[in-house]
Amino acid sequence: MISGISFGQFIPGKSVIHKMDPRVKMVLLIAHIVFIFCTFNFASLALVSAATLAVILLSGISLKMYLKSVRVVLIIVLITSVLNIFYGGGTPIFEWGIIKITLSGIYRAVFVSVRIVLLILVSSCLTFTTSPTDLTDAIERLMSPLKVFHIKVHEIAMMMTIALRFVPTLLEETDKIMSAQKARGADMESGGVIKKVRAMTPVLIPLFVSAFRRAYELAVAMECRCYRGGDGRTRMKTLKMKGLDFASIVAEALLLSGIVLCNIFLTSVI
Amino acid sequence: MSIIEVKNLSFVYGEGTPFEKKAVDNLSLSINEGEVIGLIGHTGSGKSTFVQMLNGLIRPTSGQVLLEGQDIWEKPKEIRKIRFKVGMVFQYPEYQLFDETVYKDISFGPINKRLSGDDLDKTVRKAARFVSLDDRLLGKSPFDLSGGEKRRAAIAGVIAMDPDVLVLDEPTAGLDPKGRDVLLSQIIGYHKERKNTVILVSHSMEDVARIADRIMVLNHGRLEMLDTPRSVFSRVEELESMGLRVPQITRIMTILREKGYDFSDGILTVGQAFEEILNQLKRRSKL
Repeated sequence: MISGISFGQFIPGKSVIHKMDPRVKMVLLIAHIVFIFCTFNFASLALVSAATLAVILLSGISLKMYLKSVRVVLIIVLITSVLNIFYGGGTPIFEWGIIKITLSGIYRAVFVSVRIVLLILVSSCLTFTTSPTDLTDAIERLMSPLKVFHIKVHEIAMMMTIALRFVPTLLEETDKIMSAQKARGADMESGGVIKKVRAMTPVLIPLFVSAFRRAYELAVAMECRCYRGGDGRTRMKTLKMKGLDFASIVAEALLLSGIVLCNIFLTSVI
Repeated sequence: MSIIEVKNLSFVYGEGTPFEKKAVDNLSLSINEGEVIGLIGHTGSGKSTFVQMLNGLIRPTSGQVLLEGQDIWEKPKEIRKIRFKVGMVFQYPEYQLFDETVYKDISFGPINKRLSGDDLDKTVRKAARFVSLDDRLLGKSPFDLSGGEKRRAAIAGVIAMDPDVLVLDEPTAGLDPKGRDVLLSQIIGYHKERKNTVILVSHSMEDVARIADRIMVLNHGRLEMLDTPRSVFSRVEELESMGLRVPQITRIMTILREKGYDFSDGILTVGQAFEEILNQLKRRSKL
């Protein structure tokens, strides 16, 4: 049940996307998301879709995994696109009572749903191909200018690393405790919302107890290894940009110019 | 008469994902009523997956589990009933304690079984007595108990459901030697009085040799052996190739035999070895 979630899971591999510098991946992800929302006609939408598709194919991760993560947001996509159908301006092509469907409404719905799907695909690509440690490392480096404002960047990154590190552990633990309580006849499937929430007490209490125990043990283990925060700390893996990273930046820049050209020379449909 | 029968049982983790793994591979066997089965196998041999299929916590990918001749998945909605018949004590069960008092925690299972009033009280106290938790401890918070007491309280919580089959996954792991001995004796005592079927998963060959009627050996999800402790532990080389070993005392006695001492084969416990050595000494002094 819990193991069915694929969004945000790291899958080791040796593809070019795996090999990229996580900082570059992150910045490019943000840029790419901005581009996705800067598409105003079908040509630019197609261009961004093609680029996204190329990236996920290059990642060497089976399309099944991507489909799984899209499935999580499928309902949101459906609801927003259905709502958008009714909000278009212009001359209606279908009218029934207060319901008016216009061509621009349909276009809007298409754009919104494609954009959300692309957004999920490209962000899953980042989490699929980047280990949590690399990810927080990248965040720490990208945020390091904030040190000027006395923001404890290292500590924030460390907390994120630890939180991410323990997500699978806690999920596994939840699964185990649930199995154990089910083995004692706990009924977690049937009944209404209130009954279901109450049925979770035998799971949540042991989970909290063990989370605190783990936190305490981890703190002791870190102290034993003389951890004292970020000042003067060196790293085992220093991030370094390679040809691959520059190439991908150039590719993203080309995508940007493509979108800009499309938007200038073709008429917007939404 | 067999109480549990397993037919061509298989389980595959993460089917169709990059993490696909066959945990249990085409198992067929039957377990008799009132029998004590010791289940041994290397880490990752599929022991835990196998036992979780016995009470329907995991649904097999293929194959059947028959409890008293009935397929447990015949009516998936009534799978909870199976869990009262096949009790399962997980590894480190003390991490599953949650209620305000030990008494309330032990009664969680029986209450789910719809027991109440006097019956409930009797069941809880009886279960606590089997693992020698005295009344003083029953009123305490489970989080105030010592490690060994917590473990026993958690086991009492499963015994209180009065299952016909009791599955214990590494019940003695992480206890001190005395705690191990005491707990194992309590399990044997409970089994002798209740005459139930016990399946004991363990890494300790000594524990298994001490209490099992038959030993089941799993390796890479396949059933390698299912036989009496004597014959299983006589296949030393096979066991070692699977990352297992025989009880230390058996090994010592085998070595002594190879050195020319006239000890009999298949000594499994220190007690037996003691008798054997004593007999030898008596025979010698007569000569």
